[in-house]
Amino acid sequence: MIQLRHFATRHARAYEIVYNASSPVILAGIRVMQKVFGNRLDGVFTWFEKHSKGLLFDCQMCGNCVLSSTGMTCPMNCPKTIRNGPCGGVRENGHCEVKPDMKCVWVEAWSGSQKMKHSSKIETVQFAPNYQHKGSSAWIRLANEQGIGVEVQHEA
Amino acid sequence: MRRENPTIHPPVEHPGSPLPEEAGHRSRGRFERVLRAGDFAVTSEIAPPDSSDADEVYLRAQLFDGVCDAINATDGSGANCHMSSVAVCALLTHVGYSPILQISCRDKNRIAIQGDILGAAALGVCNVLALSGDDVSAGDHPEAKPVFDLDSISLLTTIKTMRDEQRFLSGRKLDRAPKMFAGSSINPFVPPVHNRITQLEKKINAGAEFIQTQYCFDMPMLKEMMSQAVDKGLTERAFILAGVGTLASAKTARWLRANVPGVHIPDEIIARLEGAENQKAEGQKICVELMQQCKEIEGIHGVHVMAYRQEQFVAEMVKESGVLDGRLCWAPEQH
Repeated sequence: MIQLRHFATRHARAYEIVYNASSPVILAGIRVMQKVFGNRLDGVFTWFEKHSKGLLFDCQMCGNCVLSSTGMTCPMNCPKTIRNGPCGGVRENGHCEVKPDMKCVWVEAWSGSQKMKHSSKIETVQFAPNYQHKGSSAWIRLANEQGIGVEVQHEA
Repeated sequence: MRRENPTIHPPVEHPGSPLPEEAGHRSRGRFERVLRAGDFAVTSEIAPPDSSDADEVYLRAQLFDGVCDAINATDGSGANCHMSSVAVCALLTHVGYSPILQISCRDKNRIAIQGDILGAAALGVCNVLALSGDDVSAGDHPEAKPVFDLDSISLLTTIKTMRDEQRFLSGRKLDRAPKMFAGSSINPFVPPVHNRITQLEKKINAGAEFIQTQYCFDMPMLKEMMSQAVDKGLTERAFILAGVGTLASAKTARWLRANVPGVHIPDEIIARLEGAENQKAEGQKICVELMQQCKEIEGIHGVHVMAYRQEQFVAEMVKESGVLDGRLCWAPEQH
């Protein structure tokens, strides 16, 4: 999975295109299905989100997804779960201070973001995640928030 | 201490009493005044003692008398357990020093942190430094649970919310906002180097009004970052204090470089130490020169001297550097 995560960073621009195209479709799909089936399929959506994003991005299901603002790199893989990184302890070779064998998540995020069209999204200040949402689906939340016109802070 | 309601507590004037409010100032502390007055500031830090003895704190602070505008009280630095930063700041404030409360996100969640901010402000502490903190694995309690509920930028947002919007993150109103001068740190030398200026800007956008940097031994790199910061107008929005330090020997420098992530020491510095007859004295000489060079860099408003276990040499080095231009920083003895 870590190889796929690195692949996502290297091809962040392609992922961004796919993301921009698929995200409205997924969210609209969820809204339609919720109208028909109510909340009965929420477990299925969550399962699908967890496994697809888990495979592609090493997603930790924080439920407050900011992938498109972090160079398609999941910040929850940072040992300090920093949402606005990197910290000041990155090693000279770009590796993590806590896990010396791992490349710093935020070094990857930065390099991913530089490949993206909306590269400046990484400059946005992100607040710490809402831990009540851990394990839940960011897709469903976003579909519902958009559906009722709530200003959206997080992304699918 | 903030005893402003005389019917409850008669006001007692002592050196730690907050200064009168001043327009455009975030706090009622001396450190902010020095910076806003345009003076070149000097700060240093004390390692809180492994002791419950208050005198230990005062003895350590005394070493900086006359040469420091503010003293950072580290918060479990290096993930090692020591006396709490809030307590050290309260003790120092009580006798008139201007301490900087360091808050590391490693050990406390947002509930505890907001409580500490209120408590510290009630005790008269006027400055706060937001840090993410070293991981627990770096310290003497590697078995502890790391918290990292917030990160340094979320912590700055939290301080700003409490101070400027007079509320907790939950939205619950505060009867009195903590009027604190907020800052954070930056390491100009870690990769990705191009991101450094973005990170600095992000911290300033989140509410940092002073920045203390990691050790700066590489002046060309620091100058490069500072010229970008000046171009972007960041040095108008925050006071930048360059971190300087003294190296006891070439061996220490090598060890720091290899074992403390984020510490960047150029080969020339190590070679210079190695070639010196008295390496310790040479390390101090380098520190003095670094301070002088920092003062010449546009946009740098002060230096932060980190001299772990060499605190007794700080006063001498600052005096020798002449960066204070003969200014005498506040100290209990003089008042």
